[in-house]
Amino acid sequence: MNLGDRNLFRLAAITVVIFVTMSLVTRGRFLSVANFESMAFMLPELAILSLAMALAMLTGGIDLSVVATANLAGVVAALAITHLLPAEAGLGTTVLVVAAGAVLAITSGAICGGINGLLISRFNISAILATLGTMQLFTGIALVVTSGKAITGLPKIVQSFGNDTILGVPIPFCFFAAITLFVWVLVERTPFGLRLRLTGSNPVAAVFSGISVPSILFRTYLTTGILASLTGLLMIARTNSAKADYGSSYLLQAILVAVLGGVNPAGGFGTVKGIILAVVALLLLASGFNMLHFSNFSKEFTWGLFLLVIMVFNYFANSRQRR
Amino acid sequence: MPKVFHQHEFVLLAILVGLCLVIGSVNPAFLEVDNLFGILTSSVTPGILALGALVVLISGNIDISFPSIAAFSLYVTTLLATNLAVTDQIMLLLVISAAVGCLLGLVNAVLVHHARLPALIVTLGTGSLIRGGLLAFIGTRIITDLPDSMIAFSKRTMWQVHSEEGASVGLAVSVRIFLALALLTHLILTRTMLGRGIYALGGAPESARRVGFNIALIQLFIYGFMGFLAGLVGILHAAKMRNANPFDLAGLELNVIAAVVLGGASITGGRGTVLGTLLGVALLVVIGNSLLLVGLPSVWHKVATGLIIIVSTGFTAWRGGLAPSTGGAS
Repeated sequence: MNLGDRNLFRLAAITVVIFVTMSLVTRGRFLSVANFESMAFMLPELAILSLAMALAMLTGGIDLSVVATANLAGVVAALAITHLLPAEAGLGTTVLVVAAGAVLAITSGAICGGINGLLISRFNISAILATLGTMQLFTGIALVVTSGKAITGLPKIVQSFGNDTILGVPIPFCFFAAITLFVWVLVERTPFGLRLRLTGSNPVAAVFSGISVPSILFRTYLTTGILASLTGLLMIARTNSAKADYGSSYLLQAILVAVLGGVNPAGGFGTVKGIILAVVALLLLASGFNMLHFSNFSKEFTWGLFLLVIMVFNYFANSRQRR
Repeated sequence: MPKVFHQHEFVLLAILVGLCLVIGSVNPAFLEVDNLFGILTSSVTPGILALGALVVLISGNIDISFPSIAAFSLYVTTLLATNLAVTDQIMLLLVISAAVGCLLGLVNAVLVHHARLPALIVTLGTGSLIRGGLLAFIGTRIITDLPDSMIAFSKRTMWQVHSEEGASVGLAVSVRIFLALALLTHLILTRTMLGRGIYALGGAPESARRVGFNIALIQLFIYGFMGFLAGLVGILHAAKMRNANPFDLAGLELNVIAAVVLGGASITGGRGTVLGTLLGVALLVVIGNSLLLVGLPSVWHKVATGLIIIVSTGFTAWRGGLAPSTGGAS
């Protein structure tokens, strides 16, 4: 088996262990249909953010501003919808206004991603610092336009997008499936994806094989920003409100998922399959913790521990294999 | 290129002085002694942390776990002191806290060096592990009945100045500790072989190893030193705030790293000076202090910090030129 397959196999084993342990510890409550449905609603946000993070990490960079971008996009959409929507609007107008809000949100995500891309590819700022700065900047802008308050009063249709099901499948889950397919095709079936991974695994070789590294980096961060803004839309649909500093714990979790899913933080390696499997593993763990009434602090503790243990384990397992 | 360094620090100093004059002319309260003393006192916490972050950045590493380490050391030490009733010696508390911080820093060093893991992700992990562990297993209660020695320490001042209204203003003693640590860091970086090794490791790790620097020892030192300073900061901060709050200091890492980079240190390693860092800290603290004095609402602070990080890192990246961008995460 090659390196990627072994990581994937190990991850599948971890997922099964978590699943069985949680089922036993919660005495079967874990296996209820309601629990799986709630997980299917929770999964898309984290999964799309993790895919965005993984794209940046595939190039050997990182995007610390994903959550800030998602929140800013959510705030933009919520502001646009609440301001443009006339009182007593019919269904047609409402759909139109919501669509306009979504387009504006995605545009703002693209602008955020574009700013990151420019800073990293043209101004040669390291990805950590550039996105550290833009994380503050984007959150700051969202804080300024909302004065730190949550925006509420969105039309019912937004809420139903985040909370209804089609044939028993939650709508956000369908949305997530479509985006995953798109990212999979982009990374693993297009020339762009190949260049992206080559840039991450060996930037010098990439330059010598005629790849325009700045252009690849710019387009990657642009995509990352757009994916983050889609997450922002899902967040406002699910919570029916938008806030500048919502879901900051997602940042650590997105990095955790990317690393867990076999994405090499130094760039180049990682698969969409691995990331989805990692999200499922993390979600099983989180949902089990919720049932066991763990506090948020012990979750933070466990994410950190999990991240370190997985990385150390992968390091030792892979170095033994190489010998 | 010593000339360039001088230019950078000179530019910073000029900006700082100019900024102070502008703010002073908008709001004369800014230039009064008690406000200036206040600015000095509030630079102690970010300043000491920045000295550690400077050493870490020069070596080409990064650490974002130090606010968690500081909160952990301060809370555990205060808890120990109140429960065991060792309250009479502030020195003892500082030593315990610094030792706790140093140990936690060494854990980072071991993970980064021996397991060859990317420093950003390791310290992200240890940071949330330490903070989560502190809040989940040790306590979330804010300790307000601090040991007597900490209260007494926070009241001690030097350089008493009497203002026109007759009130007397003094500079907190913690400023002296800050300046002593700055001098110590400067001496380590510029006058010892260890300091040369730190610059060498950041400039060209492989060459540093080949000329015989003990990389493992240098890594242990930089993370241990960062943890040591974080432990000290914890107690100084708690003494200043007159309580031990386990939720404090979180999120400070961004401002501290911004200050160090603003001071001319390079995130890719090999460059940076204590003087530049001190000026970077002063600039950030003055801006934070003055945004309110010139009437900018507090919701704008994040925007200002973000812009400062982007502009300052952009400037350093542009000035220091021009290595091909790989967008490296570690």
